[in-house]
Amino acid sequence: MQINGQPISTAAGSTLSQLLAQQGFDVARVAVELNGKIICRSDFSKVQLADSDTIEVVQFVGGG
Amino acid sequence: MTKQITRQQLSAALVERHGQERQQHLYTASVGIAGLGGLGSNIAVQLTRLGIGYLILADCDRVEISNLNRQSYRLCDIGRPKPEALTEQLLQINPYLCYEPHFLKLTPQNIPEIFAGCNIICEAFDDPEQKAMLTETVLQRLPQAKLIVCSGMAGAGSANAITTSRRLNRFYLCGDGTADIAADGSLLAPRVSVCAAHAATMVMRLALGFTTP
Repeated sequence: MQINGQPISTAAGSTLSQLLAQQGFDVARVAVELNGKIICRSDFSKVQLADSDTIEVVQFVGGG
Repeated sequence: MTKQITRQQLSAALVERHGQERQQHLYTASVGIAGLGGLGSNIAVQLTRLGIGYLILADCDRVEISNLNRQSYRLCDIGRPKPEALTEQLLQINPYLCYEPHFLKLTPQNIPEIFAGCNIICEAFDDPEQKAMLTETVLQRLPQAKLIVCSGMAGAGSANAITTSRRLNRFYLCGDGTADIAADGSLLAPRVSVCAAHAATMVMRLALGFTTP
């Protein structure tokens, strides 16, 4: 599995929520693409990950 | 009082500077700006100078005295809804473009409707959770739109740390990615304007047919 271009290993059957928490992301401040498809925040805990998945996570910071 | 400048005169001046073909592309672009603070107000002014044909401007705030350090408003605008004050200013730069001001809070429910006609949308909020909400909503619900998001322009760090990158499908990120208002404590006009200029440059490039950052 790859997250932001880096290979990582995570337990089989982990959810996207679990992975994001494990990687230290703040789920309220991220946009996530799984295999090129944007994932809704409300689905993070439902999406089960596979070894072949490619994940892109952008975490936003405040100010504007 | 200066003599009224006609549409033809102003258009000829833009064509002279930008070229006929480029100006035609800029005139036909329709751009949404979500948030009209330090980023959004400065992005809007630059896009108006380019002659972007249609601008949709949304914000739920009124101009406050604390905005004047970096946002494109004046003392006389204090207390006015930002979309109204900004539209008035843009009309003074170019009265022959279309401006659609919306004084409201953007939500996942109204974003698809308000920005339905846009081919490019700029996220210019200050709250990171709002940035995430808009990104998710636009990428899910508006498949025709390209999105430019600003993140990381607080503090007094180098302007050279601010970049534009393409991070997701139809998604460009402008900023240094890390300088958070919560940690850096302040937003200063030059650095916020550099980030706004990155976003406006990406709008310009997309309108002209370039898709790389």
